[in-house]
Amino acid sequence: MITRRDFLKIAAFSSLLGLGGAFTINALEKEPGQKVLKDINALKGKRWAMVIDTRKFKTELDFEKVIKACHKAHNVPEIANPLHEVKWIWTDDYKHSFTHTAEEYISDEIKHRKFLLLCNHCENPPCVRVCPVKATFKRPDGITMQDMHRCIGCKFCMAGCPYGARSYNFLPPRDYIKEFNPEYPTRTLGVVEKCTFCNQRIDKGQLPYCVEASEGKIIFGDLYDPNSEIRKVLSENIVIRRKVELGTQPMVFYII
Amino acid sequence: MLDLALKGKPRYWIWISFLITMILIGFICWLREHHIGAAFTTGLSRDVSWGFHVGQLTFFVGVAASAVLVVLPYYFHNYKAFGRITVIGEFLAVGCVLIAMLSVFVIMGQPSRVWNVILHPTPHSIIFWDMFVLMTYLFLNLLCGWTILHAEKKDAPPPKWIKPFIYWAILWAPSIHTVTAFLYAGLPGKPHWMTALQAAHFLATAFAAGPSLLIIISMIIRKVSKFDPGQQAINKLAEIATYALIIHLFFIGLEFFTAFYSQIPDHMKSLIYLYWGLEGHDRLVPWMAISTLLAFTGLLIFMFPPLRKWNVTKLIGAICIFFSIWMDKGFAFVVSGFIPNSFDRVTEAWIALNEFLVAAGVWSVGALVITVLYKIAITVKEKAVFDKYGQKQVVD
Repeated sequence: MITRRDFLKIAAFSSLLGLGGAFTINALEKEPGQKVLKDINALKGKRWAMVIDTRKFKTELDFEKVIKACHKAHNVPEIANPLHEVKWIWTDDYKHSFTHTAEEYISDEIKHRKFLLLCNHCENPPCVRVCPVKATFKRPDGITMQDMHRCIGCKFCMAGCPYGARSYNFLPPRDYIKEFNPEYPTRTLGVVEKCTFCNQRIDKGQLPYCVEASEGKIIFGDLYDPNSEIRKVLSENIVIRRKVELGTQPMVFYII
Repeated sequence: MLDLALKGKPRYWIWISFLITMILIGFICWLREHHIGAAFTTGLSRDVSWGFHVGQLTFFVGVAASAVLVVLPYYFHNYKAFGRITVIGEFLAVGCVLIAMLSVFVIMGQPSRVWNVILHPTPHSIIFWDMFVLMTYLFLNLLCGWTILHAEKKDAPPPKWIKPFIYWAILWAPSIHTVTAFLYAGLPGKPHWMTALQAAHFLATAFAAGPSLLIIISMIIRKVSKFDPGQQAINKLAEIATYALIIHLFFIGLEFFTAFYSQIPDHMKSLIYLYWGLEGHDRLVPWMAISTLLAFTGLLIFMFPPLRKWNVTKLIGAICIFFSIWMDKGFAFVVSGFIPNSFDRVTEAWIALNEFLVAAGVWSVGALVITVLYKIAITVKEKAVFDKYGQKQVVD
């Protein structure tokens, strides 16, 4: 039981430190954090991973559908300047997607093929290691999460990520959102954001937007479950990943 | 003792006013960045997310660490000539640590959330340790400098309890720059930064640039006050800087060997970009050419004893070395780590005017603190005619 006197003491001390209300409330809380019941429909997995069947992406529209589904739902600002753009999922060619392993004499078709790029949700993510405030952290199911409301904008994670998967809000993002989706929070100037494997959907039992929009071209599942579809696909196809030599263990696989 | 900083000649107040003006300009520019966004106010981008400010952090942590070069010989080896300038070195460290810490603060996109670093301490992040070691070093130098100066003012030997803190500060100095190097040296996918030599190289550059700055400062102090840091001390600083500079250049050679003998493209590309330009991108080539030229000019001057000892050439040499390392470590080193980017493309970066003015504001904060502390120290030292070894401090 907290007496009035204790409350005032904590409040005075925390305002003295300039920590504001949140700290006071945290200090008053007897139990650390509120227990939230997990949605009974939530997808259960120990290590979410993704296989992108690049053979099946044929037209511009195939990519556009996937990218739009993600960017629209997540209120990703549309910034034209590539220096300051924000992107969660995008495309690049073979040579620039697989910088260290690209084969020079591979077929022209593959050379000109486009590849979907996104956060790799690495098993051993350097971004999580370098973040000074745990704004980016690892969920038990393997998702590399990004808390845009805790991020201090130091950009260390951007230097740490070897995949260029992180975007900093160089411009006020709300000014560049064409169609606003009230279901998902918008971000503010000066924070880093990226793909979160649609954690909000997984927790409700839905597949990520890009997987849904791809109509079977992207396979999503639990890598640690030997009976999962993704494991079946991985065992039946030859796949490559980006920059495996760095030991980050990327969780996005590409069927060539 | 603070009252001593409130009495000064007009030129002292003009200098103080100038610094305060620069701080205000910097502050306005900083607010501007947080109002309209870093896209318009910095030279940074998605691909080069760190630039000038992080460079300033790197460089000034080094200068701060180099205070150990005057403190260590005096306390560990009883090298008396440095007795007069230990406080000068310690107060320089205070100002430089402030510059370094503020340089990190100004890169933050959400400065109001800076408390998160303390609220959610994250020992696996190097920034957490950087904050911790810099705060400690700031406290130690302020404490040691102030206590010793206070004793000097009262014509008494420094109290005994300060000794452990002095030794602590000496051992702490290399650690602050090692931690700075660890910000860079442990990132996968940044081969230019990822070298085990990084901390050692940083210390070498710090121990060349720091004493060079101390030489410049000592000459200024000698000019504007009656206190003389001592010719012997200044000469010794130049000798230290010479060795450190040679080690720095040797280390550059080592980096070149590893990159070009192994022929691993990722290791070569950043160096090619810096010195010759990569795929037609050569914005930093003249910058590095000037830095290299300054380094060798400084080396040439400091290698020959007559030139090193003559105060005119000594000052030129010190300026050359200081700016050579500032250009390299304070900007080029940071940017070149991002080149090529994660997709093997080149995105260049430069310093935006707004960004530069913010940095100028940050330097001015450091300079203001250093000026005030030096004003106090010099006033005290001008009065204390003899130091604890009976050496004359004031030259009439």
